[in-house]
Parts: sequence; C-alpha cells; structure tokens
Amino acid sequence: MVHLTLDGKTVGAEAGEPLLEVARRQGKEIPTLCHHPALEPYGACRLCIVEVERRSSRKIVTSCNFPAEDGLTVWTDSPRVMNNRRLILELLLARCPGVEAIERLAKVYGSDGSRFRKSAEKCILCGLCVRVCEEVIGVSAISFAGRGVDRRVVTPFEQSSSECIGCGACAAVCPTGAISIEEVALARRVNPFATEVEMARCARCGAPVGPSRQIAFIRKKLNLPEEILGVCAACRRKEYGKKLLSVSEAVRRKT
Amino acid sequence: MNGAKSAVAGVREILARHGYEPRHLVAILQDVQAARGYLPQMALEQIAGALGVPLSSVYRVATFYRSFSLKPKGRHRVTVCLGTACHVRGGSQVLDALLAHLGIEAGGTTADGLFTVETVNCLGACALGPLVVIDGEYHTNMSGERAISLVQKFSQRAQGRSRYGEDTGERRRRS
Amino acid sequence: MGKTRVRDAGDLDALRRALLRQRAAVRRTIAISTRSGCCGSGGAALFRAFQREVKKRGLAGKIAVRQTGCHGFCEKEPTALVLPDGVLYLKVSPADAGDIVAAAASGKTPVERLLYRDPETGAAVAHEKEIPFYAQQQRTLLDANRLVDPMDIDDYIAIGGYAGLAKVLTGMSPQDVIESVTRAGLRGRGGGGFPTGRKWQLCRNCQSLPRYVICNADEGDPGAYMDRSLLEGNPHLILEGMLIGAYAVGSSQGFVYVRNEYPLALKHLTVALKQAQERGLVGEGILGTDFAFTVDVMRGGGAFVCGESTALMASLEGRAGEPRAKYVHTVEKGLYGQPTVLNNVETWANVPLIINKGWQWYAQTGSKASPGTKIFSLVGKVNTTGLVEVPLGMTLRQIIFGIGGGIRGHKRFKAVQTGGPSGGCLPEQCLDLPVDFDTLTESGSMMGSGGMIVMDEDTCMVDVARYFVRFLQEESCGKCVPCREGLRAMEEVLTRITAGNGTEEDLRSLEDLSALMKDASLCALGTMAPNPVLTTMRYFGDEYLAHIREKRCPAGVCRDLVQYEIDAAACTGCTACSRVCPSHAIQGEKKKPHVILQDRCLKCGACFRACRFGAVKRG
Repeated sequence: MVHLTLDGKTVGAEAGEPLLEVARRQGKEIPTLCHHPALEPYGACRLCIVEVERRSSRKIVTSCNFPAEDGLTVWTDSPRVMNNRRLILELLLARCPGVEAIERLAKVYGSDGSRFRKSAEKCILCGLCVRVCEEVIGVSAISFAGRGVDRRVVTPFEQSSSECIGCGACAAVCPTGAISIEEVALARRVNPFATEVEMARCARCGAPVGPSRQIAFIRKKLNLPEEILGVCAACRRKEYGKKLLSVSEAVRRKT
Repeated sequence: MNGAKSAVAGVREILARHGYEPRHLVAILQDVQAARGYLPQMALEQIAGALGVPLSSVYRVATFYRSFSLKPKGRHRVTVCLGTACHVRGGSQVLDALLAHLGIEAGGTTADGLFTVETVNCLGACALGPLVVIDGEYHTNMSGERAISLVQKFSQRAQGRSRYGEDTGERRRRS
Repeated sequence: MGKTRVRDAGDLDALRRALLRQRAAVRRTIAISTRSGCCGSGGAALFRAFQREVKKRGLAGKIAVRQTGCHGFCEKEPTALVLPDGVLYLKVSPADAGDIVAAAASGKTPVERLLYRDPETGAAVAHEKEIPFYAQQQRTLLDANRLVDPMDIDDYIAIGGYAGLAKVLTGMSPQDVIESVTRAGLRGRGGGGFPTGRKWQLCRNCQSLPRYVICNADEGDPGAYMDRSLLEGNPHLILEGMLIGAYAVGSSQGFVYVRNEYPLALKHLTVALKQAQERGLVGEGILGTDFAFTVDVMRGGGAFVCGESTALMASLEGRAGEPRAKYVHTVEKGLYGQPTVLNNVETWANVPLIINKGWQWYAQTGSKASPGTKIFSLVGKVNTTGLVEVPLGMTLRQIIFGIGGGIRGHKRFKAVQTGGPSGGCLPEQCLDLPVDFDTLTESGSMMGSGGMIVMDEDTCMVDVARYFVRFLQEESCGKCVPCREGLRAMEEVLTRITAGNGTEEDLRSLEDLSALMKDASLCALGTMAPNPVLTTMRYFGDEYLAHIREKRCPAGVCRDLVQYEIDAAACTGCTACSRVCPSHAIQGEKKKPHVILQDRCLKCGACFRACRFGAVKRG
C-alpha cells in the first residue's frame, strides 16, 4: 500500500498500480482513447496525461501506465495538463474531422482544430483493434504497417486475411467507427480490411450461423466436437424449445 | 514448419543459417532481400510459417524498416545521402537534379528498369558529402551535374549489351 | 602467432611480449587508412602497391605495412603514416607507394609533394603532431586506430589490448569495477550523458537473471560518424569494454546492435569477435576464470528511432523498433524484460582506458562535471573536416577555428548544429561556450553524440529547421500523437513559411506544437524534436520574419523565394551555364545572351556558380 497526493488529497493505492486506476477510483474524469480494461496499456494517444511531481521535478506522464509510488504528487487537471490535452485533440481533429468521439472530447477541452490542414482519416491509430486481435483473440490478423505519417492498420499485403475469424472484436473496440462489419450474401466483410469470411450455414435450414472460421476457432478453443454449433439458433429453438442446453447435453443431442 | 507454404529458393537456407530464431527476423529479411533484390510475398509467408510468428508481424517488420522493399528494384540502385552534412553542401539539389534527369520520384524505378533512386538519412561519410552510392560504390563531393554524368555512364554501358545481357563486343574492341 | 587459446593473464602477457619481440626487427611501419568505408574500393590496390614496393626493395621484415582504420583527416584520406617518426602523407595513391617506402627506408627526406601544406604560407608540414588539425587534439581513443589492423587481434594485443580485462578478472571484484567507473565520472557518450557507473550499479542491484549488456552502434544522427570510425578501426577496444562491463554487472550475454548502413563496421566487428573467441577471450572460462561472456552481433534495418534504447531492444527481439514508456527503466526491465545495461560505442571504448590508467587519471582529464575526451565529427562549411578528439570543456571556437581552420571559402560563420536532430543551432555569440554535457543544453542545444555541423552565410536557418522536421517525421515510429501529428503540423507550417506563405500566427503554432511535443511525446525522438525549431527561432528569428513579412530568403536557399536571372548586358554567351544546368532550363546561342526558363529552373544554383562574368543574378 502506498500513499500519494491526488489533486491535493491524500489517497492510497497499490504499489505499481497505474495512476489512471487510482484516479478513476477517486471519481476523477480522465479522457482516454487508446485504453481498454481488457488490454495492456499502450500509451499512444497521450490523452490520459497527468502532471506528477517527484523529487522536486515536475513532468507530464501518461496515467495509464505510470506506476503509483509512495510520496508522489499528482494533478489530473492542471493548466499544463489541460493545454496539452487541448492541443492533442486539435491535432486529432485535423487528422479525423467529423469523427464524433473526437469532436465530443474536443468540445470539452476547447479545441477547434482550425489551424492545421485537415486530412480525411477515420482511424486515429490507437491500436485497440490490433491489440485486441493479438492479446485477446490471439489471431493477429491485422497489424500496424509503415512508420511515422505512413503508419496504418492493415492486413498483410492489404489483402483479405486468411487468419481473420470474423469475430468483430476489432469493430467492437474501435472508438471512431473506422471499422465496420458488413453481412454480404453468405459472408461477413470486415471493412476496411478487405477481408471476407465465409458464413457457415445451418445444417437444418441453410441460414447463416456465424463465420465458419469463428465457429472452428470456438470449437478448437473449447475442445468441442464437430457437430456443435452446426445448427442456427432458430432451428435449435424449434427443436428444443427455449431450454438452454449444457454443453454435454448439446453434444449428446448433436446440436 | 509449415510445409504447405510453397518454398522460395534460398529462403530455407537463410532460415537455417539463423537457427529459425524469431529474434533474427530483421537479419533474415535482409539476407532474403540481398539474395532476391526485394522481399517477395511468398518469401514472407514462408518465413512466417517457418518461424511460427503471425504473418502480420512479419509484414509489420518488413514495412517498418527503411532497408526493406516489397517491390522489385532497378538493375542499379542509386542512393543519395540526405544527412545534414550532405544537405548543407547541397545534397537535396543533387537529388532533385537526378530525379529530374531520370524522370522519376524518390524511391521510384525508371521505366527501363535500369535505375532505382532512393534516399538515406546519413551514411556516415559526412566529410565527403554530398554523397551518392551506386551499387555499393561511394561517390563523393557530388553535384547535380556530376551525378547525372555518372548515371549516364551506366546507361551507356547498359546500351553496350544485347537484349540478353551479352557483351556486344564493344568492350573487347575498346580494350 | 597462430590461434592458440590464451589460458590466463600470464599467457596474455607472454603473448604480448612474444609479439613485441617478433616485431622488434621492424624499423618502420607504414599505416595506411584503407580499412575504412570512405576509402572505398581502392584500399586493396593501395595495400598491394605498398607490399610490392617493400618486397621489391628487399625490405620485408624491416618495413611493415599495416592496413588501419581511418585517421580522422577525412578529406585527405587515404593517408599513410610512417611510424615511429610520425610523418604523414595525404591522399596517397598506389603510384606513390614506391617513393613513400623509399623515404621510410632511408629515414631521411620525406616525400614533399604528399605532405600537408599550410593554407596561408604554403609551407610543408611533415609531422602529424605539428599539423594544426592534429596539434590541438587529444586522441586518447583514436590514436590506436593508427596502430592496429582491425582484422588482426595480435595488433591489439601487442599494444596492451585485453590487459584491462586481465587486470579486472585477476584482481578486481565486480563492485570494484563499478566503483572505478563511477569515480572516474564517465558519462554516456551517446547523447544522454547519464553517469555510466550509476547505470551499472542500478542494473547490478536488480536481482533478476539473466542480465544483458548492449552496445548501441545505431549511430543515426546525420553528420555523426565517430562510432563508425571506432568500430571499423578498433573493434577490440569495444569488445574489451563490454567484457569488463559485463563482468561488473554480472552478465554473460552481450549484443552489439550495428546500424544497417555500416556494412564495414559489421564485418570488422564480426571478424574481431571470431578472433577473440579463438583466443578464448570471449566465450567460456575467460582467462582461466569462471567468467563467461558471449556476444551476438545484430544488424539494424534502417530506422533512426532504433537508436532509442527501448526501440533498439524491440528490434533485437525481432520486432519493429517502437519505443515504450520508460517509467520502469531498462536497467530494471529491458531486453526480454530483464535488467539490461545499454551503452554507446564510445562509452564502452572509454572503459579499458579507465581500468588501465586508473580512475584518478581519468577524472583529471576534461572538466570536472564532464571528464574525459569526446570525439566529434566536424563537418559542413569548415576548411578541415574530419573526426576530432578533444578534452571535454574545449570551446566551440577552439574546435571550429583552431582545429577546423575556420570557414571555407572565406565565408562568414553563421551557426553550428550540435546534437543531431535532438540538438540545436547555436550562433556566433555562443562560440566561446565550452563543449560538455551541460553548458550547450543551457543554450537550447545539446552536445549529443558528437555531430558538429558548421553552417555559413549561405545556409538558410528556416530551411535547416524544416530539414530536421522532415527527417524526424520520416523517422518517427508514428505511435504517439504529439510526435506523429505534431511533426506533420510543424512540417506543414515550415513549408508554408519557406514558400513565402507564412504568417506570424505560424510562429505561435510552432511554439505551441513545441511545448506539446516536449511535454507529452512518448520518447526522446519526440521530446527533443522541437530543439532545431526552437533554437533557430530563438537565435535567427530575423530570418523567419524575413520569410514571413518580406517573402524573402536572406541566404538565397528557399526555392520559392529565390530566382535566378541572367543579366543580358553582362552575359557573353559563353554557354558555361547552359552546359551545367541539370534541367536544361537555359536557352541561348553561342556568343548571344542566354535566358533562364523559370518554369524549368530547379534553383540549384549551378549556373550561378559556373558563370565567370557575374551575369547570373540571384534575388
């Protein structure tokens, strides 16, 4: 247990705990864009910055990955912090004009993004999609490519990925709506990654059940036999009513 | 080792030389590029399979570092140094002159496939700039004019060869 | 001496004495600087020419010819240095070999035509130590470059190489070594200036094993090539330093990360390592103790950001060179999450010196807070460019004018850029500042890794700022918003200014962006990126204002603000200009006034330089 001063008040924290957790626990509002509780902190958007003082020197650090230590003094909304956040949002606004999440935050911090030339990007390169695909799903279908202003999130060779399981986790974590899932005919398309994953069809009625690669992935992970998840929810309900089956029961009934 | 990926000549030897260790990925890619002139897609797929790393990670590394190219290069690689010392001595004018003469952009290849002109951010021969390297040979104290005449020499030499790269005898006659 | 293993310290000493005995018959050694990237492909032919001349005169065994790394006198390379006399011949070619060998054999009159000449008086200077370029240097580290062939470990052993390692392994504890290096006051030579001894202590304090040591040879600052010279010319010096450091911190695995653009350094290092392994100086049971240490030489892929320690480590792990937060330092969690000591090439090179001569000797060199010597690459608009080693604390003026001979072409000094893209441009009023770790930083720049680029009146400082911003933009990994988007915005603004479309609000924007990047960037590439912009704005603000208010580039560099025209009255039609124009933008018949087609003109200035009648006007 360590003690630090947060916006003038002494609070307790676990040694090494990220300041972001400590601050949020105390009800502080700290904006983030590249942070997600299910993923390792990344430190790319720099919005979560706070000002810390330690051994009589003050500096700006990202709270998502700065470890709490005894005797630290932290300000979550000092003028220096607010100025920096405002400028970060101004730059993001220039990069991604029209993105709702950015505009909302920019308004809070008073940036109007008129000083710099506008691009037409949707992606803020927060990396949430790449990281969820790698850390949580474990498939790594997409990655960063290039460097600097050429940095982008793509599939290898910008072709349809044969690793993607069409689960849609990337779209779920994307804060700007740059990624979308589209059901097209008998496939699920992941935009803008040029990837289409074929849908598995119900053994009874032929309706789409889910992406075949995703179903195979789930079967493999949970060690389920081939017959599981071969039937769509509607048909299963028709046969077995609204009862929820246990896995072993489902296996027995081959559904 | 994924045997299903078709093998690109020489890649397996390179992988073996580096012990199939993922940490040697940069060196592996450099050796493949030295052998093939660029990084073919099939080679990267083979490497990913052999090392047991996701293809996206290999692609990430291949696109991050400047020395790698996913596209084939021209017969002669011309590199213009744009380090500070070379810049102060007129390095970017050398580049502009060369690109204007060859009709391409930086990083591009001429239509006849003879020249690729790239830039590098400092080769460490700073006292002798501006510097132009052609096929590994350093040329110092360059100017736009000198760079163009150098490149013209290569063109002329290339014209002295038949379509199949055989010496047309011009060299023999001269010596 | 064959490839016999050196079994212990006594063996090493015996070997050294045997080598000296073996070489005692040699009266003179001619050291030719052919083992250097700059010397290009002519090195082999030069060496063969010398060998032939020695053989022809029956002098084998009496006159030795040694291929060495660069002697630092860059524009005069390849050089031939006759030892022990110290006679230095410049720009030597195979045809000169005969005369040089003859002069060396007789020991009398040197070969006049190849000697250094005083630029004012024209007098010839035969001895290296009397040449102004060398006279004011203190080549503690670089001297050995003349004495060893990097491809022969015996040369290094003969001059006392690996004796520091022997001293450490036989008589000092790891803590003793850390004490020595700490008390010597050695600070990191890669730019950070962190006290080396303290870094080693912090690493050793971390209990987790294994620990790693890394040599950062990713010298990415454009204009800096000190590390290249050390690695190409004396790779064993670095290996010995790493061995001593590894022993001190308790590591048995080291890495040298060499940037991709240094193929010769890679080659020499690999050969040196192999020879050291054959001798048992690297590997298991070194010098009969239980100290073991192996070194992997790894290559970069072409990324300036990999000079940053966490990016370098990512690259060593086979990943893209993306930095990470250093709130937990790399001495605690570095390569593969293990305690790691990363030091620059020149830092490692200082270590054997400290052990051999003692920390007291070392602490007295240089200045109090910055002991020791530093190697600088003095380049740009100076008369004598090259690698310069001086005690820390020498002033910029002494280096640029005393050693570099002042500005070439009788132009006026304008600025000196130090510290690479992380440093800044200092004006004339800063010339008397001492060059050390702390003073230049107070003026807005930094000493950095040693690049020193001299600029004159023909350099546009706004263009310089833009150059650095573009460089950094290309090299940024792109992970964090302040650096990636900040540099993009800075480039946009500076391009506007150099095109004559800047406003005074743009200057405020540059200041705002600088403040953000300094505060909030993820790594030092970003936090230091504003320095070139801030220093040029601070010291050369009038140039920015000229571009903005008058749409004028005082130095005549910015393409959109400069125009070349031919004064028809002064033009003689000699066609000198049209012949050198790279874009065929000059039209005119012989003996008739010529004209420049503005839409084809690249503003390269070749015509301006070619015209002997002053008919080409720049405005």
